Amino acid sequence: MHPVIPYVTAALLFGIGVYGVLRRRNAVLMLMSVELMLNAVNVILVTADATVRAALFGSAAPSTPATGQVFTLFVIVIAAAEIGVGLAIVLQLYRLRASVALDTVPLAEPEEGQRVDVK
Amino acid sequence: MTTSDALLLGLGAVAVGAALLVVTTRHLVRAGLYLVVALGAVAGIYLVLTAELVAWVQVLIYVGAVVVLLLFAVMLTRAPIGPSGDLDRPGWPALLVGGGAGLGLAALLVEAYRWSTVDLDEVGSAERLGSEIFRSWVLPFEVLSVLLLAALIGAIVVSRPGSPAGTADSAARRDGER
Repeated sequence: MHPVIPYVTAALLFGIGVYGVLRRRNAVLMLMSVELMLNAVNVILVTADATVRAALFGSAAPSTPATGQVFTLFVIVIAAAEIGVGLAIVLQLYRLRASVALDTVPLAEPEEGQRVDVK
Repeated sequence: MTTSDALLLGLGAVAVGAALLVVTTRHLVRAGLYLVVALGAVAGIYLVLTAELVAWVQVLIYVGAVVVLLLFAVMLTRAPIGPSGDLDRPGWPALLVGGGAGLGLAALLVEAYRWSTVDLDEVGSAERLGSEIFRSWVLPFEVLSVLLLAALIGAIVVSRPGSPAGTADSAARRDGER
């Protein structure tokens, strides 16, 4: 197994996720891109678990620890919590403004008679 | 080039292609369905890398729960069926940063690992991962359970109609009662 293949896959997935977060206006699509980035990190962790273990202990080492996979499970749990809270916020935003376009959300309270509209 | 290499190449190509479609498609619902393909291919990568339990957890939580939650959000925000033209911001900065991050990381990892070969270890079964979690990582595991509970309560509080961070009309109603 050549570890460079999953590593490069993970790097490309992360880049695509960054692109999606910066490009998309729709909040739900942005959360999907965040999921892609988290998955890229998980692929890195699992691959590192396989390769670093083999490099450290050799292939014949008995029952070496699986720390990378444990951390992957932790990241998956944190991602699940993040998506739950994130979608609650998105739904609240939709209820407030009837739109989930991220670049129309004012970052501060608008002045009197002036509409903050970031384009 | 062994069987696992060929599998990793194929699954990686599927994952990257589906991820590209997720960030470029004009259909909101299709973006969620392409996300299923990408996450499924990543689960296949985990299986090839002997992370068996992680692969099934990925299928259960990501493909099962997270994507369904995202599709519910698409539905609840009244996303239009068919292509919508206003999903994107101007692309050049995003292309620059995203492409730079992805290709830069890829170049770094290629430089670090070249075309070296690694023998795969034993399978990361539920038994092995379970003993690892409950021997070395008990405290983070318990902290994570508290985090999940906090996230659950937080999501309920945020999305409750009458919450302090409530809607504009509930705030108006509160003002009217005063």
